[in-house]
Amino acid sequence: MQKTAGLIKKRVLELLADGTVTKVLGWKEGDFIYDVTPASFLSAQEADGLVYSSFCGANLSKYLISECKALTEGKILALLKPCDTYSFNQLLTEHRIDRDKVYVIGVGCKGMLDIEKIKAMGIKGITKVIDNGKELDIKTIYGSKTCKREDALLEKCLCCKSKNFKAFDEIIDPEPETKEEKADRFAKVSELEAMTAEERYAFWQEQLSKCIRCNACRNVCPACSCMKCVFDNPVSGVSSKANTDSFEEKMFHIIRAFHVAGRCTDCGECSRVCPQNIPLHLLNRKFIKDINELYGEYQAGEEVGSRAPLADFTFDDAEPSVVNERGNS
Amino acid sequence: MKKIEKAKLNDLLARLAEASTLYLPVRKGGKVNFAKWTKDEEYCADELKTVKSAKDVFFPQSENIVSFKRESSKITILPKELPTDRTVIFGVRACDAKSFDILDSVFMSEPADSFYTARRNSAVIITTACSTPEETCFCGVFGIDPANPGADIQTWFVGEELFWEALSEKGKALTEELSDMLSDADEKEVEDEKSRISEITKQLPLNGLSLENFGGDKTNELFDAAQWEKLSQSCIGCGTCTFVCPTCQCYDIRDYDTGNDIRRYRCWDSCMYSDFTMCAHGTNRPTQLQRFRQRFMHKLVYFPANNNGEFSCVGCGRCVSSCPISMNIAKVIKSFGGDNK
Amino acid sequence: MQVSENTENKEFKPLIVAFCCNWCSYAGADLAGTSRLSYPAEVKIIRVPCSCRVNPMFILKAFEKGADGVIMCGCHPGDCHYSTGNYYARRRMTLLFSMLDYLGIDRARTRVEWVSAAEGQKFSLVMNDFAKTVTELGENIKLGDLRCKKQQD
Repeated sequence: MQKTAGLIKKRVLELLADGTVTKVLGWKEGDFIYDVTPASFLSAQEADGLVYSSFCGANLSKYLISECKALTEGKILALLKPCDTYSFNQLLTEHRIDRDKVYVIGVGCKGMLDIEKIKAMGIKGITKVIDNGKELDIKTIYGSKTCKREDALLEKCLCCKSKNFKAFDEIIDPEPETKEEKADRFAKVSELEAMTAEERYAFWQEQLSKCIRCNACRNVCPACSCMKCVFDNPVSGVSSKANTDSFEEKMFHIIRAFHVAGRCTDCGECSRVCPQNIPLHLLNRKFIKDINELYGEYQAGEEVGSRAPLADFTFDDAEPSVVNERGNS
Repeated sequence: MKKIEKAKLNDLLARLAEASTLYLPVRKGGKVNFAKWTKDEEYCADELKTVKSAKDVFFPQSENIVSFKRESSKITILPKELPTDRTVIFGVRACDAKSFDILDSVFMSEPADSFYTARRNSAVIITTACSTPEETCFCGVFGIDPANPGADIQTWFVGEELFWEALSEKGKALTEELSDMLSDADEKEVEDEKSRISEITKQLPLNGLSLENFGGDKTNELFDAAQWEKLSQSCIGCGTCTFVCPTCQCYDIRDYDTGNDIRRYRCWDSCMYSDFTMCAHGTNRPTQLQRFRQRFMHKLVYFPANNNGEFSCVGCGRCVSSCPISMNIAKVIKSFGGDNK
Repeated sequence: MQVSENTENKEFKPLIVAFCCNWCSYAGADLAGTSRLSYPAEVKIIRVPCSCRVNPMFILKAFEKGADGVIMCGCHPGDCHYSTGNYYARRRMTLLFSMLDYLGIDRARTRVEWVSAAEGQKFSLVMNDFAKTVTELGENIKLGDLRCKKQQD
């Protein structure tokens, strides 16, 4: 990681200096190791704060929508991890960003860390995390702690889609990940499907009732790129700034997931940002699983220009009654 | 000063829940928040900070305030009754306790908010000292002492006992009610714990922030400052910071048509939202930079200007740990030269 | 809009919202009427230009306001007035119903049927059958806004 970070910085400075790019989209270091902020850098001096660490989980591709619109000359350099390139492709497919205005550097990734998971292990007062590759050395105000790196991975990294870049102008990945083992991303979905309707209802009721309607899941989502969201439109009849009834959180989360069905690359940002840790990815993955099973394997953002399953059909698609025929519960 | 064995704490809670509505930090779906306590719930005493603050109890995220019903040509207006039941909030931290004072100056100054005032007046607040302050805490910046959390009753967990000190009249009355469960204790027994907490507080990385560049008279200097652009550039405009914040108090009022009647409800609003304070002409803060600036200027400049220099932040650090892009009030203070390290 | 008006006395009668496309299913309902075929009075028909017009939010909105079952009817696949509208609708509804099922909501409360303008009899049969199914399931308490229930404070 350290090596990659060094190479990235060097290359970013070169590209800024020779005028290939006029702006750089990356991550800025924070007060502690884990609180990096997405940021743009206009000069070599500003780029001093650029970091690339195990806490750069944030997907930068959505920022390119506004950046591309605002860019008047030159190109903007975007640092994208392999999974971020799927979102990038999906935005290209939907004509939300301009490929000619972006210079993509694919940056190697070994899986990003989730500070919430580390805190949930009971490690408090974290001031620094040193990533040794296998173990994490954690400095806290209550002394040093260690934990296994794999226990602190972000949910999205546990089921990494790929370490390959789907879009790039160049790649900086000095130590490419070779092992391809990954967890089944639909395991939890299948587990829920196997439950009875009552159990599923109880599970979701408990999870969704935590929702505070902060809209972080929607606002961070690279697929949620409407100019005005239906939930922000007071005349839509569904806009609500807080849940008064438990119906509203169900409505919001079903519709949020439905609006990105077939376009969601499963980047996992929604679950990463949720302050209440609601497993929102399980809603998205349910749609992905259904689409794969009913309409053929489809990975949004795999290639530019592919037709989204919900904007497509075949004459012999399954009838909606298929839902009744699957499973027994 | 009184004390009770930790093992008997549940009996004490049960007693409190009998005579009043008891709120305390409980775990639901893996996350700890203040909620109504029942015998099956476990009090999460070790959780330093709940996700949402305790302000929900007095200022719920959403509440009906009045309903309208039409029968033929007659329209009936049914105001919601004011809550009068006694409420006890247990396990409030020093920062949240202080936030109630800030909310009071908003909701209880004339014209007073009747719902908030009714709830506030019928509540007894029991605070707990922070045995393990975290790196995101910076309440010391606002003069808050986590070793002496204040409010009606303050408590400390020391070893296998909970020490209990009533401060206000309300607190003393409640302590009297519980006198058969509490035994007498010496103040010296919590001295060590207090000094231990103070020692930790001194080491907290954000506790050295300085607010000298902020205050009620700084509007002109800060409003057009160049820093806002960089600070707000990656803000995604969600409401996480405002909804977890103990002092954010903005709300919206809307109507809901149930088909049988119209419910007028108020719900939390966020200045980070694009439709915040939307009027007929549109929104008065069309860019995220303006919305972002509004939030921090309100906390650090406008609020002190109207409230004798008091800042509307208590340094609880919830925004520090929950912002999706890790931008927060501590970084804002630092970028205006408030880093005293 | 008000769709809840029953539940007050004894026997449970479900509220059913039927979205019918203008060109086939609504005409089918019309034919059922002119042919004097009966279907339950609890079925409230909402006419839409095409089954493809039915936004998933419409279905949820109907449940919010107190529906116990929601059915969507359109032209038979291949017969859409707009050629392909019902093919898109078919995918949408399949995924939506699957999601409702995933959230633990009784899947029999939602249904899609293709009813042509000549199928007055089918319309009547479908509605009778769906009403029977929903009556057996009872009142929908999992997916509705409590504020819309009449007895509430």
